[in-house]
Amino acid sequence: MDLDFSDSELHRYSRHILLQEVGAVGQARLRAARVLVVGAGGLGSPLALYLAAAGIGTIGLVDDDRLELSNLQRQVAHDTPRIGRNKAESAAETIRRLNPGVAVEVHALRLDAESARALIPRYDIVCDGTDNFATRFLLGDACHLLGRTLVSAAVLRFEGQLTVYKSHLGGEHPCQRCLHPEPPPPGLVPSCSEAGVLGAVTGVMGTLQSTEVLKEILGIGEGLAGRLLLWDALDMRFRTVRLRRDPACPLCGPAPAIRDLSCHAAAPAPVCAPASAPASATSGA
Amino acid sequence: MPRPPFPPAPRRATFRGMADSIEITINGETRFIQRDATIADLLGTLSLDTRKVAVERNLEIVPRSAYAATPLAAGDTLEIVHFIGGG
Repeated sequence: MDLDFSDSELHRYSRHILLQEVGAVGQARLRAARVLVVGAGGLGSPLALYLAAAGIGTIGLVDDDRLELSNLQRQVAHDTPRIGRNKAESAAETIRRLNPGVAVEVHALRLDAESARALIPRYDIVCDGTDNFATRFLLGDACHLLGRTLVSAAVLRFEGQLTVYKSHLGGEHPCQRCLHPEPPPPGLVPSCSEAGVLGAVTGVMGTLQSTEVLKEILGIGEGLAGRLLLWDALDMRFRTVRLRRDPACPLCGPAPAIRDLSCHAAAPAPVCAPASAPASATSGA
Repeated sequence: MPRPPFPPAPRRATFRGMADSIEITINGETRFIQRDATIADLLGTLSLDTRKVAVERNLEIVPRSAYAATPLAAGDTLEIVHFIGGG
């Protein structure tokens, strides 16, 4: 591993290097890491910013959305003059200004099976900050099948959830479908654009998500694999509950029904729901 | 003299006869349910659509595939976890 740091890097990351659990070796690990952030919105903004500030060497940003005024109540990687711009490009611009040492790869597209297959293997770790169930299930399935760790956060109203999926490693590690075997039928669960979300809640959850990504790369502490963090901002109560592998899981169970991404094949937003209901592709969360 | 703290008096039996019921806690609220009731029975009683929640029992998520085969025990603490997907 390349442990050669410039004076500027040593200065920029001095508070990291001071940490016994990070040090120069950890900082070099962060610099060598490639992280894919899917969704440059409420979660993706703080997530990408903290990853960039931390000195992640390469950050891939996936988003096909254009910035709207209603996004700016929480999507802090963007600003008012950029309304109408692609969000991945806008976030990339902010990141480059924050830390020119980070290589940003912009993927201004809506993730589908094909792009998931092409992009995911190029990164070490994947983060879900998307705003719709179709993409969430595509990411969950793709990361399991392509062998990548998925750090997944979700928000709605005053609530946040966070976990880490490593089901590709086998053993006791659950996947996303162990928690929810299939996406909810359209209309049953509202999106942020329908039900609202407190902006700061996305900030907390995206920041917690970045913390888990950094821990995974550094190999420190106790990760959230096999545990689900639940936060209710109104109660200000955090709980962590055990999430085990479901023996009947359609993805990581012993007799999986899902063996490839073909059920996600038709873009932009099909889902592997046995009910065969058309998927919702809500945006704007 | 301060008022007595929470919780309020537990609800009385939802089902016939206390002898046939057990006490559990759901989302912080005490309830009585029929002995031998499963998680599937409970969700039915609560009229909850299983497609939009997960169920946590004693700090552990119960897989949806196990709802009908998981009987509740006296003293169980359950939380209904919302299925959310905003970003």
